[in-house]
Amino acid sequence: MGPGRTDERKTTYREALREGLREAMRSDDRVFLMGEDVGRYGGCFGVSLGLLEEFGPERVRDTPLSESAFVGAGIGAALAGMRPIVEIMTVNFSLLALDQILNNAATLLHMSGGQLPVPLVIRMTTGAGRQLAAQHSHSLEGWYAHIPGIRVIAPATLEDARHMLAPALADPDPVLIFEHGVLYNASGELGPPAAAVDLDHAAVRRSGTDISLITYGGSLPKALMAADELAVDGISAEVVDLRTLRPLDGGTIAASVARTHRAVVVDEAWRTGSLAAEVSARIAEGSFYELDAPVERVCSAECPMPYARRLEEAALPQVTDIVAAAHRAVD
Amino acid sequence: MAEFTMPSLGADMDEGTLQEWLVRPGERVRRGDPVAVVETAKSTIEVECFETGTVGELLVEPGRTVPVGTPLALIETEPREPEKPRRKPPRGRKPKATPPPEAIPPPLPEPAPAGVQESPVAPPPEERPQHEAVPLVRRLARERGVDLETLHGSGLHGRISRSDVRRAAARQPRARITPLARRLAGELGVDLSTVSGTGRYGAVRADDVRKAAAGPATALVSDRAEPARTAAEPARTADDRAAAMRRTIASLMARSKRDIPHYYLSTTVDMAAAMGWLREHNRRGPVGERVLPAALLLKAAALAVREVPALNGFWTEDHFTEGDGVHLGVAVSLRGGGLVAPALRDADTLALPQLMARLKDLVTRAREGRLRGSEVSDPTITVTNLGDQGVESVLGVIYPPQVALIGFGRVVDRPCAVDGLLGVRPTVTATLSADHRATDGAIGARCLTAVDRLLQHPEEL
Amino acid sequence: MSPARETRTRKTSKTTEAPKTAKTPRASKSVRKSGKGASADRPGAAHRRDLLHAMLRIRRFEERCVELYSAAKIRGFVHLYIGEEAVAVGVNEALTADDAVVSTYREHGHALARGIPAEAVMAEMYGRTTGCSGGRGGSMHLFDANRRFYGGNAIVAGGIPLAAGLALADRMRGQPRVTCCFFGDGAFAEGEFHETANLAALWHLPLLLVCENNRYAMGTALERHEAQTDLALRAASYGMVSWAVDGMDAEAVETAAHRAAGGIRAGAGPHFLELRTYRFRAHSMYDPDRYRDKAEIERWKAQDPIERLTDRMRERGELDDKEPAEAERRIGDEVDQAVEAAEQAPEESSESLLRHVTSTPAEVS
Repeated sequence: MGPGRTDERKTTYREALREGLREAMRSDDRVFLMGEDVGRYGGCFGVSLGLLEEFGPERVRDTPLSESAFVGAGIGAALAGMRPIVEIMTVNFSLLALDQILNNAATLLHMSGGQLPVPLVIRMTTGAGRQLAAQHSHSLEGWYAHIPGIRVIAPATLEDARHMLAPALADPDPVLIFEHGVLYNASGELGPPAAAVDLDHAAVRRSGTDISLITYGGSLPKALMAADELAVDGISAEVVDLRTLRPLDGGTIAASVARTHRAVVVDEAWRTGSLAAEVSARIAEGSFYELDAPVERVCSAECPMPYARRLEEAALPQVTDIVAAAHRAVD
Repeated sequence: MAEFTMPSLGADMDEGTLQEWLVRPGERVRRGDPVAVVETAKSTIEVECFETGTVGELLVEPGRTVPVGTPLALIETEPREPEKPRRKPPRGRKPKATPPPEAIPPPLPEPAPAGVQESPVAPPPEERPQHEAVPLVRRLARERGVDLETLHGSGLHGRISRSDVRRAAARQPRARITPLARRLAGELGVDLSTVSGTGRYGAVRADDVRKAAAGPATALVSDRAEPARTAAEPARTADDRAAAMRRTIASLMARSKRDIPHYYLSTTVDMAAAMGWLREHNRRGPVGERVLPAALLLKAAALAVREVPALNGFWTEDHFTEGDGVHLGVAVSLRGGGLVAPALRDADTLALPQLMARLKDLVTRAREGRLRGSEVSDPTITVTNLGDQGVESVLGVIYPPQVALIGFGRVVDRPCAVDGLLGVRPTVTATLSADHRATDGAIGARCLTAVDRLLQHPEEL
Repeated sequence: MSPARETRTRKTSKTTEAPKTAKTPRASKSVRKSGKGASADRPGAAHRRDLLHAMLRIRRFEERCVELYSAAKIRGFVHLYIGEEAVAVGVNEALTADDAVVSTYREHGHALARGIPAEAVMAEMYGRTTGCSGGRGGSMHLFDANRRFYGGNAIVAGGIPLAAGLALADRMRGQPRVTCCFFGDGAFAEGEFHETANLAALWHLPLLLVCENNRYAMGTALERHEAQTDLALRAASYGMVSWAVDGMDAEAVETAAHRAAGGIRAGAGPHFLELRTYRFRAHSMYDPDRYRDKAEIERWKAQDPIERLTDRMRERGELDDKEPAEAERRIGDEVDQAVEAAEQAPEESSESLLRHVTSTPAEVS
């Protein structure tokens, strides 16, 4: 399942995630992984391949297809002092555990007057682009980012895939990690961890002066490609990777808009009521007098994700859409 | 097939100049769409058509002046919606029974160069365009920035209703200015009403403002002026710019006369001492440093205003705010038409040669369109000197939100009784137009008296 | 996971009041700790008196809640336990201080039995800082981390998965503790119960599932919401040891709970108790009781657990005439004090609103 390691320095997003898991489980025996097919199967997307052999069935636990029960169990185990990592196959399935995530994980600390922090990490796959149609492809991380009491992160680079887990486990509160499905095979050289592998700040992945492309997760590579194309047109685009969707790093967004005075928000979720809407609103609230053009949004078409490749491509934000939006703002 | 004809935009209007077509043949138009810009003796107005259909042939080329009623274009009509019977009386032709009081401006010359305007004949009051409106509607119009003068009421007897105003407000494209551009304009002192937008839908963007701040400015009246109604359509040619300026002036002056209860004072000042001193001064100094009478008058005006600060400032939101210095707005007529009144900042503190140099520089740059934004926005009172245009006195219209305007006519020799003896002496008529909301005549009188006194001691100016 | 398979082999048979699993070990006294949990070892009379007073305390506390609610001192949803006291009191006897309790929104009885001071519970109902959840929970969300009382969950069946997780942690660390999870008959219709029952049995978790079958899911009678109303039988189908017990008899509840907890501590995996009980009052403070007969209510009131135990003790000569009054006075004083303290307690400043949303201060978002 995992690509062979022909080049020692090359790695994939999937392997980077796995290394992060391995490191966490080696360094803290309170950490364990549970979810559907994380053990013998090696993870639906192969992330946990080989971990069962190293850590055994107690710490790499295959669960029944009971999202609510095993997410709730993760919450209970966290309350009792463990550091569970719960894997949910896809964000669509996480809806079956939404009660536990919202009504318990996000709520217990406050509802108990501060007595019950929930140090739980939940990982799940999100996003489209693999022709998996309307029940495996949606980007609902924005819904989770709506919820106070949890942290929502979206590693988009190899470095973040490799290094965001440790601070997530160190967080005393629930952290939801959204891994975009098309990123698993992304490969490259894994650089040293970013200067600060924190979970509080967005990252400027490319500096520019004319327009800010604000995005996260699976849309980051598209935004970077769009920036390349825009450069050919003489437009210098800055690319902001939000990394943490809650709490949003408004400071980095505002600073970028203050430099470029224009923004395109790229979000694979549906436009209406989306994270892109939130980012746009923040810009309108905090950076209004910096704006030299209306904020543009590039989001998915407002339809369930279709199967057919042509339709799926049409539904998703594409590089050309981002370039066109940037031109609308700049020209 | 219907004809679109040169409308009568006022009972005093016999002819109009088609300035610009806003539509092209083949274009769909709807009843109420503006289709052309027509210049009359007093103003430039976007005129609407009363048909829904397709524009056919355009019969008149821009620039031509034709009598009212002349067909300007053909419109292929569609059946009119039956629920909208046309009850509107023919515009302008039908005299109204009771003119609204404020529709009757006193027939006073305006501080514009005489050459620019046609004969400023005031229309008979009862034949002004209909814009009768109740106070509620007036307030709405103020809020929405709709000029009631340009409206034709759909109510009984041509009464303007709120929906008339709302429709007009909707027609009136709000100037598109990005938030950053607006902020920068404030910081750089650029008058946004004069900046052409290069953004989508003609939006004014930061770069446009920066260029305006750095490069030549065009028509600059005051950034307190309402944005030009055509801001969405960037003025690209000099003619367009002139037209835009004309409209801005029209709107501003109309607002002034509508909102400001003017009172007028005048006095004749003996200029013998001043002219004598000036001759001596100019004979001694190099030619390049010669001082013109205008500089003396301006300095006297500035010092007088300093003595009477109630005239130096702004009336906004029902109260007066004193200016932060005496910045004389010096009315400069432009060669292409129109006028600007850039500020001679702190004129009361400038020595005469300095003032003269600044004045020359200001006039030169104003005529070259290279004014700085702050010079346009800063004046605390305007001084207009029509002496070089040959007139003896000028009763000006105040630039809102300023509260006063001082006018000087030509320095002219007049028979004059001095100490009981009749002699011929150089005199000038100084006038004051002042906002009665802010001051009363006694205050205004103090100002003119001070001007007179100061001009008797030119060496102290 | 061989223990799971072991559990599944324990076939159960349907009997009403007897253990459904013959192999279930008797409550093992050796694993019990000293203190409150050891009460079953004491001579009967004194212990029965303790049970009686514990039930009476819950009853009087809640009756005061009714008054205070009517006086608008307490707001929100308040679900009274009156009639079901034998369950909380009886089950608690089988638990030690190290064990964990997960409860429902009808949890005043569980909280008081667990040892949360009446003052802290009352202050919580008042929404005061001294409340056991700092005023953020109210009647439905009582918490006490030190007493391992994990709420107060107002989503029907929502606490069950969480309880499984607490049990999982104990199992992974080899700690001989029990997690006791209370829920109602309504939870039987929720997927979370069934998911968790399966998971707990599969993973052999030290979980005591206590179903308080008061015959109504809010206003819907058991027969109207369950196709098979024998809940213990259904729980047994997951391979769990299951009993149905008379929930109006504190001693019977205690006995069954001891057996179950003992079995769990001995490593026999999750146990299920169906405690057949009845609430005498409305679902929440007041309701029109359109969904049940007055006669039915009266029939169940004749089974009042407090009266039953009182009668039993009188029959045995274990209660003299003075004692109830003495206990009533003591309990009355305690409730008075709790109310007085709640009245005096400070209200949390609204500036602290965002405290405890996350552990690290002030979320940036």
